Amino acid sequence: MSAATRALPRARTGPRLRLRTPLTHLVLGVGGFLMMVPFFWLLSSSLKQPQEIFRLPPVFIPSTFRWENYYEVLFDQPFPRLVRNTLIVTVSATVGQVLTSSMAAYGFARLRFPGRDVLFGGILATLMLPYAVTLIPVYVMFKNLGWIGTFLPLIVPFWFGGGAFNIFLLRQFFLAIPNELDEAALMDGASFPTIFARIVLPLSVPALVVVLIFSFLFHWNDFLAPVIYLNNINLWTVAIGILGLKGALGTRDTTHLMMAMSTLMLLPIVAIFFVAQRAFIQGIVLTGLKG
Amino acid sequence: MTAFRRVEALWGFAFVLPAVLGLVIFQLGPVLASLYLSFTSYDIVSPPKWIGLANYQRMFAEDLLYRKSLGVTTYYSLLSIPLSLVVAYLIALLMNQRVRGIAVYRTLWYLPSLVPATVNGVLWLWLLNRDFGPVNYFLRLVGLPAPAWLSDPNWTIPSLVLVHLWAVGNSILIFLAGLQGVPQHLYEAAEVDGATWWDKLRHVTLPMTSSIVFFNLVIGIIQSFQVFALVYTLYTPSPTEATSAGPENAALVYVMYLYRNAFQNFRNGYASAMAWVLLLIIMALTLVVFRTQGRWVYYEATRRK
Repeated sequence: MSAATRALPRARTGPRLRLRTPLTHLVLGVGGFLMMVPFFWLLSSSLKQPQEIFRLPPVFIPSTFRWENYYEVLFDQPFPRLVRNTLIVTVSATVGQVLTSSMAAYGFARLRFPGRDVLFGGILATLMLPYAVTLIPVYVMFKNLGWIGTFLPLIVPFWFGGGAFNIFLLRQFFLAIPNELDEAALMDGASFPTIFARIVLPLSVPALVVVLIFSFLFHWNDFLAPVIYLNNINLWTVAIGILGLKGALGTRDTTHLMMAMSTLMLLPIVAIFFVAQRAFIQGIVLTGLKG
Repeated sequence: MTAFRRVEALWGFAFVLPAVLGLVIFQLGPVLASLYLSFTSYDIVSPPKWIGLANYQRMFAEDLLYRKSLGVTTYYSLLSIPLSLVVAYLIALLMNQRVRGIAVYRTLWYLPSLVPATVNGVLWLWLLNRDFGPVNYFLRLVGLPAPAWLSDPNWTIPSLVLVHLWAVGNSILIFLAGLQGVPQHLYEAAEVDGATWWDKLRHVTLPMTSSIVFFNLVIGIIQSFQVFALVYTLYTPSPTEATSAGPENAALVYVMYLYRNAFQNFRNGYASAMAWVLLLIIMALTLVVFRTQGRWVYYEATRRK
């Protein structure tokens, strides 16, 4: 390396290869293009005539865009019902998750009480627990409560702390808020719930957005709980409704519609990603670096 | 002040109460309950019958399908964990070079990991279709053999790994953040000493990011031993029908077999025993990885927070 290159101000570069720039573009570009091909295929299939799906060589751009596929999916059952069900579950569970995880995080981060660290450690330990270990007893419990075939098993558990990871993430954030703010408020006679609602939460909007987004996506995508608990077809969510179409109607007539539904299921996810990219990336990085 | 302390403690308990109840009701209690159930025969309709170690005995001595599921899961893990770690790390290294358009590349590589299992199932079933799928179309176009992918037992697990690799973007972002956290002055010091790019990679970048690699390895083990949704969405014809695990059960991953025992065959005692063995396997593997970390994971004396 010459003195000149070294003198160049450059932030955050790792080891460098000669020829690095064209090579980097080649690998990242070609790879990135390949990563996009399945999306393109999904979109194109969702606009095909039914018979075009089975043509050889594969049709990449449909001869005419059949927008009726979307029309059919959006206005004929079951899709509108699937979306409604999914929204009921997703919104109810997400609200509980954000609320109770931020409550727990506040308690663990800023209040002193006996046994606090042991309890927090116990909650963190559940991060390592395979979900399969709790599956059967929890199912039995909900069965005894008569909740199988209702939305309750998909909602109620998320009103109990909202998951160790969310608590951990919010606690980290709350710890960084200066203590002087609480103390001043206490001097002025504010109660702890007031401090939580008026000081801690408003200062933590970025972290709350991360929890909100990840909770929403989890419930929107969730597949296991609906399969286990929603044995009534009228309660199915989008995630299992699309699969239900696979067998119920016979693949040949429904593939283009399944592709349209899949595209529609993906749409809010991608939209959230582009709107809240920063919160998104922050959340992912936090999961990986600090977990 | 003591009165104040008491109020503070009371509110502390109140705030964490839902989470603590959740811990007891949905985690601790069920873990213990499933340990108990693993020594019973239990079809949910009638109360559990104590049968001692019979479930475990059956699992290890008699049940060939159990052995199969263990093998399938191990094969999947051995293939998918190293591959996704290496690919994600290399791509993150490239993204860490200062080139134009990094934000675009980052988005392109990341987007697939947002795709839910359901969509993956529908989409890849067609992408990898032996006759009509575009993947085989391209393979034939360039004269490569076109395998039957999901319908060939030998290609089943590699197909699952392929779909898994498509969603490698999450790990890329985590590694990228780690790489960006490596202090610049270390590279400058290395350059002063005349280090080549390889020296810097070997002696600066890798050690400084080894704790993130370690963490992702642990997460990778935990996740790949529990893979389920993808197999379900790819192979099972409908949620109203019996599950399928591919040709000759080639995709009978551990949790799929557990699910079958619990929710299709109503062998909940047996499934609970399987769940506990899974817990022990994951704990053992994690412990082994933790034990070796002194050899290859570098922690700064004062870790950055």
